[in-house]
Amino acid sequence: MVKATKKWWPIFVLPTFLAFIIGFIVPFLEGLYLSFCKFTTINKAAWVGIGNYVKVFEDAQFWTSLGFTASFTVVSTILINVLAFAVALALTKGIKGTNVFRTVYFMPNLIGGIVLGYIWNILINCVLSIAGQPLLALNNKAGYWGMIILMCWQQIGYMMIIYIAGLQSIPGSLIEAARIDGATGWQTLIKVKIPNVMPSITICMFLTLTNSFKLFDQNLALTGGDPNHSTEMLALNIYNNFYARSGAAWKGIGQAKAVVFCLMVIAISMIQLKATRSKEVQQ
Amino acid sequence: MKKKNSALSTVLTVFLSILCVAWVYPIVMILLNSFKVETAISTSGVFQLPNAATFAGLANYVNAVGSKGFLSAFGTSMVITITSVVAILLCCSMCAWYITRVENFFTKMVYFLFVFSMVVPFQMLMFTLAATSDQLKLNTPWNIWVIYLGFGAGLAVFMFTGFMKSIPLEIEEAAMIDGCNPLQTFFMIVLPVLKPTMISVGILETMWVWNDYLLPYLVLDRKKYTTVPILIQYFKGSFGRVEMGPMMACIMLTVLPIIIVYLVCQKYIIDGVVAGAVKG
Repeated sequence: MVKATKKWWPIFVLPTFLAFIIGFIVPFLEGLYLSFCKFTTINKAAWVGIGNYVKVFEDAQFWTSLGFTASFTVVSTILINVLAFAVALALTKGIKGTNVFRTVYFMPNLIGGIVLGYIWNILINCVLSIAGQPLLALNNKAGYWGMIILMCWQQIGYMMIIYIAGLQSIPGSLIEAARIDGATGWQTLIKVKIPNVMPSITICMFLTLTNSFKLFDQNLALTGGDPNHSTEMLALNIYNNFYARSGAAWKGIGQAKAVVFCLMVIAISMIQLKATRSKEVQQ
Repeated sequence: MKKKNSALSTVLTVFLSILCVAWVYPIVMILLNSFKVETAISTSGVFQLPNAATFAGLANYVNAVGSKGFLSAFGTSMVITITSVVAILLCCSMCAWYITRVENFFTKMVYFLFVFSMVVPFQMLMFTLAATSDQLKLNTPWNIWVIYLGFGAGLAVFMFTGFMKSIPLEIEEAAMIDGCNPLQTFFMIVLPVLKPTMISVGILETMWVWNDYLLPYLVLDRKKYTTVPILIQYFKGSFGRVEMGPMMACIMLTVLPIIIVYLVCQKYIIDGVVAGAVKG
């Protein structure tokens, strides 16, 4: 059967793979090459070696963005996962209206980042103006917490769904056994439920970490990096290097930043998956 | 014991209801403001309900649809989403079937590349991707699906292969012995079994393509085409003073169809997300 199928690859694999070459492999390799060049368009590139990378690490804005992104990622990942897990626990207790709650909490995920960003931009500016505080464009603290609130609002529903699926797959007999052995609700949670939903925790941590670290749309729409680039995350910083700064050198620096950014995302994914996989319980 | 439980569940219900209001409120707020006249939507007046003096009726909606080009943006988004999702579902399921059934160095390599592409952030290739698609004239709503197929193949192939490993070979072998060629086997035997995964992948990809902002913004020929997210970004970005009324009307016109579709097929959507997460 394998032999008969083998020669059909032009029909089965080729269309996807051609598109993959156009949409991923070629731009990826070109991007890698251009990160060592000074260029304005792809055809006008001059090799400058590691010069761009040196400039990336000398750019103060890069460190500001990295710090902001790191802090945002850590805080939002923890908040989203803790809250989503709490809501999931509450929704698996068999309360009336569980379905309605679940439906409502999940809803923001279907709305795009740009639209969400503007909805919250309007709302937060209104709250700030009533409180007599500077608006988002001049207020980086509000920008930071605004983005955290926005991400929580959007992502809790998604992670909650995954946690609910995880919690529901724990065999009832396991929880029953713990109860008979005299475990309190808290002990059941820590010793039985959490170890058994470890796969869900792995997935959710991974998703929230990478989502927050790579955040772009929400950042652009909510704060746009204002005031004075202080709420500019890495993805937006790279974008601005490419399209908002004049001077031929900046495109090369932007591309080098993108490569560094890409390496960081890969590293985070690897470490995170390894770290949580080792804590999973075999069922 | 029983009493304590019911008290606890009352507290939980109250708490969850409050949370619900917080979840719905931002959208209700936009809805209310989209019916106000321009001058009433100042930053401090957003919380006020529209009254006789500030009620604008459907004027903002008429403006958004009439002069702000909402309909053409909506149409463009539709064309891009439908062509891309159909292409991804068809091509990636075929590709995934081939690389699970024919295991050799080449298919393993392809699979590895697909998985790798899932991790790479868009910023890494945005500049070169936009240039490549310009050169190949892939910058219209009718053929941007090639780019989406290429960039979105990773997740789709990954999910399809995850599922295909679990379906038994015997039926396919029987079909082949009965004289089906691989193409017939795929479409008549494998595809029907694949339906649930198709729905999951379809939903995830639709959510992505429909809401995507940066890829169409950079790839499309912006003088001729805008998508819905780009249109909303334009309200703030390029016209200097923001026209809040039509912008809110546009936001509502974007959000309402999504909510309606969601309420009608929420079971599929939520199941799709769970399936995607478990395999992702």
